[in-house]
Amino acid sequence: MDPMAAIRETFFVECEEQLGELERGLVALENGTAEADTINAVFRAVHSIKGGGGIFALEDLVRFAHVFETSLDGLRSGTIEVDSAATAIMLRAADVLADLVRAARDGSGHDHGRVASASAELAALTGAATAQAPAPVDDLDDIVFERVQLDTTPTPAPATPAPLPEARRTWVIRFTPRAEMYAHANEPGLILRELARLGTIDVRLDADALPALDALDPEGAYFSWTIHIETECDRAQIRQAFEWVEDHCALDIDEATDPSAPPATDTDEGLRALLARISQEAAEAPAAAPPAGAPIPAPPALPSASASPVAVTDKRAEQATTIRVDLQRIDRLANLVGELVINEAMLTQHLTAAGLARAAGLANTMESLSQLTREIQHSVMAIRAQPVRSVFQRMPRLVREVAAMTGKTVRLICEGEETEIDKTVIERLSDPLTHMIRNAIDHGLETAQTRIEHGKPAEGTVRLSAIHRSGKIVIEVSDDGAGLDRARIRAKAVEKGLIAADAPLTDDETDNLIFMPGFSTAATLSDISGRGVGLDVVKQSIHSLGGRISIASQPGRGSTFTLSLPLTLAVLDGMVVSVAGHVLVVPLGPIVETLRPAPGQTHRLGAQSRVMALRGGYIPIVDTGVLLGFRGQDETPEQVVALLVEGENGDRIILEVDELQGQRQIVIKSLEANYGAVDGISAATVMGDGRVALIVDVDALIAASRAEIPAAGRSPTPRHEPETLLTR
Amino acid sequence: MTNDLAFAGQRQGLMLMAFRVGAQEFCIDIMTVRELRGWTPATAIPHAPAFVSGVINLRGAVLPIVDLARRLGLAESAPSARHVVIVAQIGSQTIGLLVDAVSDILTVDETLIQATPDVAVSEQIRMFVEGLLPVEGRMISLLNLDRVLPSNIPEAA
Amino acid sequence: MTTKTILTVDDSRTMRDMLRISLEHAGFVVLQAEDGVHGLEVLAGAVPDVVITDINMPRMDGFGFIEAMRRDQAHRSTPILVLTTESDTDKKARARQAGATGWIVKPFDPVKLVHAVRRVSA
Repeated sequence: MDPMAAIRETFFVECEEQLGELERGLVALENGTAEADTINAVFRAVHSIKGGGGIFALEDLVRFAHVFETSLDGLRSGTIEVDSAATAIMLRAADVLADLVRAARDGSGHDHGRVASASAELAALTGAATAQAPAPVDDLDDIVFERVQLDTTPTPAPATPAPLPEARRTWVIRFTPRAEMYAHANEPGLILRELARLGTIDVRLDADALPALDALDPEGAYFSWTIHIETECDRAQIRQAFEWVEDHCALDIDEATDPSAPPATDTDEGLRALLARISQEAAEAPAAAPPAGAPIPAPPALPSASASPVAVTDKRAEQATTIRVDLQRIDRLANLVGELVINEAMLTQHLTAAGLARAAGLANTMESLSQLTREIQHSVMAIRAQPVRSVFQRMPRLVREVAAMTGKTVRLICEGEETEIDKTVIERLSDPLTHMIRNAIDHGLETAQTRIEHGKPAEGTVRLSAIHRSGKIVIEVSDDGAGLDRARIRAKAVEKGLIAADAPLTDDETDNLIFMPGFSTAATLSDISGRGVGLDVVKQSIHSLGGRISIASQPGRGSTFTLSLPLTLAVLDGMVVSVAGHVLVVPLGPIVETLRPAPGQTHRLGAQSRVMALRGGYIPIVDTGVLLGFRGQDETPEQVVALLVEGENGDRIILEVDELQGQRQIVIKSLEANYGAVDGISAATVMGDGRVALIVDVDALIAASRAEIPAAGRSPTPRHEPETLLTR
Repeated sequence: MTNDLAFAGQRQGLMLMAFRVGAQEFCIDIMTVRELRGWTPATAIPHAPAFVSGVINLRGAVLPIVDLARRLGLAESAPSARHVVIVAQIGSQTIGLLVDAVSDILTVDETLIQATPDVAVSEQIRMFVEGLLPVEGRMISLLNLDRVLPSNIPEAA
Repeated sequence: MTTKTILTVDDSRTMRDMLRISLEHAGFVVLQAEDGVHGLEVLAGAVPDVVITDINMPRMDGFGFIEAMRRDQAHRSTPILVLTTESDTDKKARARQAGATGWIVKPFDPVKLVHAVRRVSA
C-alpha cells in the first residue's frame, strides 16, 4: 500500500477511537461523572481529528472540527459553562463530526444543513462567552489546505523559498544572539547555513565582547555577526531565517548602501573556510556535517550518542500493555494453528494405525502435545477477541436520534463493554443491535405521558449488556416499557397465517412469533424500527453468526432481547457424519436430536417424499446423500441415522445420513476463496487425516427440501458451466 | 495478470511451464505457477462440474482441483499417484491443475507464438488455447488459465 | 555522515505515522513516544539529535515535556521543534517560553518537516 493510503487508513481508525472518546467524555460531562482530565481528553479528541484531517485536506471536516475545538476550548478555560444546554449542543456536534469523518472516509456527501446548524450552535455558544471575555477567535481562513504528498523518490530537496524574479540586492544583517538563543538550542552556524541558501553571503564575526577566559560564562553569548548577503530575496524572506530566534537576539536587516563593496577584508580566514563549507553543505543539505572548529560557543557537552534505540524499544516493550497487529497476521497465525491441530490429529491417527498409540512414553507425550495444541489454539482465538465496546459506543447516539424522532425521553445504560468477542463477530453485531435498540425505543417504551399515567418515571430506560456465559457471549437489550402485547401478536400471526387459530402456544412461544418472517408488530409501522425490515432479518443475521436470539416479556414491565453468540467464527462444534462414502460435518447448533428410526416409523408420501412420525407429528425426511447429489433416489441404505435439525426459521426436518463418526471441534476454512459458493454447503474444514470435509449448510438443505424435487432426483452429473463456480 | 506486469520489464521473452495431458502438450505462463504437488484424493463437491475433481487441503487452504483432461474435452484417465497437480494463481484464486506430467520449462520469444489455425476444433480448445508454439518439432498449446474456471468473467465487463 | 536520530512525541497515531514515514524516508532514525511522560522515558535511554513534539497530549503536554527536557542536563541543548497550527500564536509563544527551538506548522508536508529538522541539526 502506498504510505499515504496507509496513514489515511490509520487516521480513520484513530478517528473512530477519538469519536468514541469524545462521546464518552461528553456523556460524562452531561451526567456529572466527569473526571479532572475529561474536558482535556474531549478537547484532544477533536484537536487530533482536526490535525489529521489537515494532512488529508479534508476541508469540511477541519473547518467544523475547528469551530468545535474553539467551543471546547471555552469549556476548558471556563468561559463556557458546563450545563445541560452546552453538553447537548456538544453531543450534537459530536454526531455531526462523526458524520463528517465517515463522509470523508467513504467519499460520500454529508448533510450541509446539519453541519451549518451545528456550527451555528457552537459559534453561538462560543460567541456568548467571548462577548463577555473577548478571546482571539482564530480566523478560519488561516487554515491553508494543501494536500500532502508523500514523495517516494529518494530524499526530497529542501524547500527553498522561490526567489522573486527581482534584481539581486545586497543586505547587511547585524545579528547578536543573546544567551536565551543558545538555551533554546538554536545555533548561529545553522542560521547562517539557512541564510546561505538564500544567496551569496559574506560573514564577519565580532568577538570583541569575549571576556577573559576566567570570566567566561560557558553559556553566555559573546559573539555577534555582520552578514552581507547578495540575494533576490526580500527582507521578509531573510527575516524568515531568523524566525525562531527573533526574540532571542538583536537583529537589524538593512539594504546595503554600497552593494559593490562587501567589507570582506578583515574576515577571519578560518571562518571564511567554514562559510565556504556551510554554503556547500547548504547545497547538499542531506549530507550536512557539523561545522567542526567553528568559533561558536560550544553547548554543554552532549553525553555519548551511542545509546542504542534498540535499548529504548526494549524498555518500552516492558511497559507496553498493548500492541497493534495487522489482522491478516493473526489470521495467518490462526490458520497455522489450525494446521497444527490437524497435524496433531494425523499423528495420533498414524500412531493408532501403527499400534503405537499405547506405547510407553508415546501416550503421555501425545497427551501433552494435544494439550499444548489446544492451548495455543485458544490463545490465538483470544488474540482475535476484542471488547464489545466498539459496537456499544455507537449506541448512545442512536438512542438520542431515535428518542428525538419518537419524542420519548430515554436513558441508555451500557454494561459489560469490556466483554470480549471475536473481531469478526463484533463487526457483524452492529446492525442487529441497532435494530433491536430502535425496536425497544420505538415499540417497547411508552410515551412519557403514558408512562406517568402508569406510575412509571417519564424517562424510559434501555439497558444494553454483555456477559460471558458458558463459552458464549450473551448480549441483552432490555427496556422497561409496556412489554409485548400477546393478544395482538397472536391475532396478527393468525391473520397472517403463521399459526393456526387454535394453536396452543405458551407465552414464550407467542413472544417469539415476532421473529417469524412476514411479521411486523406495531399497528402503525413507523419509519424508525420499520425500515421495511422485520425482526426475522435480525434473527437471520444472528443465526448466520452461529448464534441464537429470543425475547422474553413481562406485560407492563418491559421486554428483553437475549442474543447468545459463539466467541469466535473460526471454530465450530460439529457432528462428523458419512454419507455415500463422503465425510461431512453437520454443525451441532441446529441438531435437535439424533435418532435411529424404528421400522415403520417412516412413511412414503407421494412418489418422492417421505416423512417420519415423531411424537404425534410428521417431519419431512431428506436423504442428505440424494440432496447433495452423492447418490440416486433409490440408493438410500437400509440402515440410516436420522438427525432432527431445526433451521433459523424454526422449520424442522430429518436429515438422513449413513453413519455418525462423532462430535468434533473443527476449524472453518473458506470454500469460496478459491472455488465459489456451493448449494447446501457453508464452508469446509480439514480432518485428522488431512483431507477436506465439507460443512453442511442446514438452512440451505431445509430450503432445498422444500423445493420440488425433480422426478429423477437431483442428478449427480454436473450441470454445464454451473453458476456455483461464480465467485463473489 | 499482475505478475505479468510486475515482471514484464525484467523478462527476456516469456517463461512457460509445459506439461502433458494425455498425448498432447500444453503450457502456461510460469509466473502463475505457485508449486507442484503429487496427486492426493480429493473431496467431491456437490453439484460440481465433472472437470472439478474436488478439493484438497493445501497447507490449510481449500484448493479446488481442475482435471485438465476433462476440462479440455480430452480422453479421461483415472487420476493416480503419478499424476501431478500444478498449483496456479488465477487472479485472487489459487487452484490445482491435474495433469499427467510436467515436461519442460521454456523461455520463448513471444513472437514465436502462432495463432490457433481455424480448423474444426472443439469449443473447449478454442476457449482455452491462446496460441501454438513450435518447440523442437513438438507443438505446445499455450493455455489461457483465466478461462479454465468458467466463473472468471473479467470484472471489468 | 552519521545518521541523525529524531524523537517524535505525539499522541495521534496518524501524526506519528506521518512523522515516522516522512523522517525515515529522509534517512533519519525515528524514535516515537505517545505523550510527554513517555517521551521522557524514551529520553532516559536515548540521545536524539532533534525532538519534535506536539502540544496537546494526555498525561504530560508539550509545554511540560519541553520544560522537563530543558531542566535535564543530558538534553537541555537538544533542539526541540513544536508541532503547532498557524493560528496558535499564543501556543507558539508559550512553547518558546518553555524552551522550544522552533516550530513546524500543521498541516505539514514531508518536505517542510525535513527542512525544519535540518534547520536545527548540524
